[in-house]
Amino acid sequence: MTDLAHIRNFSIVAHIDHGKSTLADRLIQFTGGLTTREMKDQVLDNMEIERERGITIKAQTVRLEYKAKNGETYTLNLMDTPGHVDFAYEVSRCLAACEGALLVVDASQGVEAQTLANVYQAIDMNLEIVPVLNKVDLPAAEPDRVKQQIEDVIGIDASDAIAISAKTGLNIEAVLEGVVTRLPAPKGKIGAPLKALLIDSWYDAYLGVVVLVRVIDGELNKGQKIRMMASGAAYQVERVGYFTPKQVLTDNLGPGEVGFITAQIKEVADTHIGDTITDDKKPADEALPGFKPAQQVVFCGLFPVDAAQFEDLRSALSRLHLNDASFTYEMETSAALGFGFRCGFLGLLHLEIIEERLEREFNLELIATAPSVIYRIHMTDGEVIELHNPADMPEVTKIEKIEEPWIRATVMVPDDYLGAVLKLCQDRRGEQIELTYAGNRAMVIYRLPLNEVVFDFYDRLKSVSRGYASFDYHLEGYHEGDLVKMSILVNEEPVDALSMIVNRQRAESRGRGMCEKLKDLIPRHLFKIPIQAAIGGKVIARETISALRKDVTAKCYGGDITRKRKLLDKQKEGKKKMRQFGKVDIPQEAFIAALKMDQD
Amino acid sequence: MTGFGLYIHWPFCAAKCPYCDFNSHVRPVIDETGWCDAIRTEMAHVAALQGDARPVVETIFFGGGTPSLTHGVSIAKILEQARRLWPWANDVEITLEANPASADASRFADYRAAGINRISLGIQALNDADLKFLGRLHNLAEAKAALALAQKTFDRVSLDLIYARPNQSVAAWKNELAEALAFDTSHLSLYQLTIEEKTRFATLYREGKFAIPDEDLAAALYEATQEITAAAGLPAYEVSNHARPGEEARHNLLYWRYGAYAGFGPGAHGRLELGGKRFASACERVPERWRERVARDGHGFVEWNEIAPADAAREHLLMNLRLVEGLDLGDYEKRWGTAPSPARIADLTSSGLVAFDGTRLRVTPAGMLVLNAVIAALID
Repeated sequence: MTDLAHIRNFSIVAHIDHGKSTLADRLIQFTGGLTTREMKDQVLDNMEIERERGITIKAQTVRLEYKAKNGETYTLNLMDTPGHVDFAYEVSRCLAACEGALLVVDASQGVEAQTLANVYQAIDMNLEIVPVLNKVDLPAAEPDRVKQQIEDVIGIDASDAIAISAKTGLNIEAVLEGVVTRLPAPKGKIGAPLKALLIDSWYDAYLGVVVLVRVIDGELNKGQKIRMMASGAAYQVERVGYFTPKQVLTDNLGPGEVGFITAQIKEVADTHIGDTITDDKKPADEALPGFKPAQQVVFCGLFPVDAAQFEDLRSALSRLHLNDASFTYEMETSAALGFGFRCGFLGLLHLEIIEERLEREFNLELIATAPSVIYRIHMTDGEVIELHNPADMPEVTKIEKIEEPWIRATVMVPDDYLGAVLKLCQDRRGEQIELTYAGNRAMVIYRLPLNEVVFDFYDRLKSVSRGYASFDYHLEGYHEGDLVKMSILVNEEPVDALSMIVNRQRAESRGRGMCEKLKDLIPRHLFKIPIQAAIGGKVIARETISALRKDVTAKCYGGDITRKRKLLDKQKEGKKKMRQFGKVDIPQEAFIAALKMDQD
Repeated sequence: MTGFGLYIHWPFCAAKCPYCDFNSHVRPVIDETGWCDAIRTEMAHVAALQGDARPVVETIFFGGGTPSLTHGVSIAKILEQARRLWPWANDVEITLEANPASADASRFADYRAAGINRISLGIQALNDADLKFLGRLHNLAEAKAALALAQKTFDRVSLDLIYARPNQSVAAWKNELAEALAFDTSHLSLYQLTIEEKTRFATLYREGKFAIPDEDLAAALYEATQEITAAAGLPAYEVSNHARPGEEARHNLLYWRYGAYAGFGPGAHGRLELGGKRFASACERVPERWRERVARDGHGFVEWNEIAPADAAREHLLMNLRLVEGLDLGDYEKRWGTAPSPARIADLTSSGLVAFDGTRLRVTPAGMLVLNAVIAALID
């Protein structure tokens, strides 16, 4: 057990690509957590997908032993937090386990929207912030301008920001000194009843469910009977340890310490991020504040391209769920797509990650339907229904009103692209709240309906700003909207997987966009195919795919038969990747691509 | 069954045409006798496979490549081998594909003496500019002379044209076709120009060096072709083939009716019936390698497989529906134990693409234009 005065718990707040993972690598290397031979890039990002996308999905902690310039050795617990808005709650629990944070800002790019959200959260939680300017070795670095920007935008003193290059290793020791001298030591009472924060958990093939904890008060011992205060479940602690980042087993963790336990917990779903762990016999009086159950905000249907893969999809989902209990899934049937699952996610990135992991780690080919938010439908009889799937929309005559979720979005964008960004927000029914400048960057705050954001807002934002805009949001609340269900009819038959709930004013342009897209995506058939968008019985947009005009092989003799037959067989194989709807074959990519709008 | 034919592939050309993706090769010197002997060896191999059950030969076809680069004596030697190995019908149709260049035409009489009784002339276009574009070595005057000589020498002459060429209007094609009909051959093969992979045209086309008619124009050209030939008494009997009734190419009908045939020479394919089973053969494409194989093994087959009935059924359907006469569905089902689904047939009938009279399933003229899709729908 380390005494409180020699512990520092901190996390790193940074925008994607600003160098958080590289800095973490350097800190580990400098303090000797790993030898050079053991180092690989982004040590803390274990998942392939984390490394590839350069994002952190699961929280990780690492205990560093650092001998400071004052001659004393400190235990530093670095917490690597997820960096994306979808995981805002996970980030908040990570921050709650720290006393301070390093604010890492790219010295050439400056403060970005994501940084802002996380740093405000850290400030709100009374964390001490140490600004760090990274990439000062780059020719484009403007440390003074960025310091000024930190002061203007965030409102913290940046005069003694530490200038580093995580890539070259410049000034890494100064960062460690800053952690020791500028961040406060944790407080906590060793004699008090156990109170530990559940930061994160995951499934390990050898250890079972591993729970990451920060002890606030009391002691967490091997063999101790513990209780989860929110779930009420009790477990016997099997192992206690910490990461250096290698696993090291120990007997106990005391106040201020961060580490992990295993306790024969069967599923990750049994553990809840933010829960308080206490002693079963001598429980704490009250739980730590801030606990919230995971909340899914975006839903979509996932269907196997090959219907025969349905069972594989089911087992893949259940295996992924072992490790990530924050998404939900339940069986769904679609007339167009057959059997699949309706899944709920923390946000769009979370959706993409799960979909990608299913495809990559489980070798599945999937069709994802239009992402949907949760609508609150107030029925005329007073009942309130939460609608996750446009297909389940009740009859219009029985609906009194529909409410949709709104978000508060922060966009940071260079001046040159401001106009385009404002237009995008405006076109998506946004309401401007604030527009401020910091240097040549504008910060815009908008209220936006979430359903306008879930489709392709982020893609569009990146495209109109050539990648320079950054974006963050949090859910604000529900507001009544003029919403209707728009159906898409292909050859006169509604395709349920393409129906969606839209704002009435936006319906026509969306409907036209979808019809035009589908016209290009669906191959020509032997007959002409009308494509229509409709609200109720009223057609609001229409396109027609003309029939094939000429498709015949001019020469076909004795030597051509085998080739022709194989060509036909190949076509037939290709048809398996299409969904037959009535007499029309719809390629799988149409279901996704139809939703993306080229322009607003 | 539907008869038995022999196909002999002569793989050499004086020059490679830019549109052609057939198995053809240009060689400075050709040891004609050696190649003929190799073909005769391969013929003996197939006859041996057939054992005592050798079918009666009804048609023979010399294709290529350019078989009119050979001399009459080579043709005679190959036909002599065919006579020795198989029983012959009384009226064996023996066709040779010829280039209308003067050197080739000078051998017509020898071919006739060797036994050729039908000639197919690859004229391709009736103006010098287009002949040049198509990479042909002959000009129009030569072509006309060769045609006249062919018509004097042989009872049955067919000529080939390629249409839907770059910048060809319907009116221009109508004129050209009328000119072609005026030659009064009993058979015409009229192919729309298509860009085949791995040809010089494919590269030029990709580079945007020329354009070919779009679908609508191509369809209009096709329809005009059907109309004009029918009015002239040479209606289409297959997608690209037109003949006076009774003058159809019997050898090619064998392919389209999915009969049995043996293929000899580099790249040749065969479909043989042995012991109630159907086999596919395919020969090595590269001439020299084919010859090495023949010298070593007695044949140049690189593929020799039994065709599963389900595969054979699909092949039969895709070939037979090219014919205007269509397919006897009862016979088809008896032969393969499968048939296109009645629902699909009904579907395509209501769209006017096929017609079924209770016995024969025919593709309508409208259906012929989109035959590939019709076949795909029926096979699905």
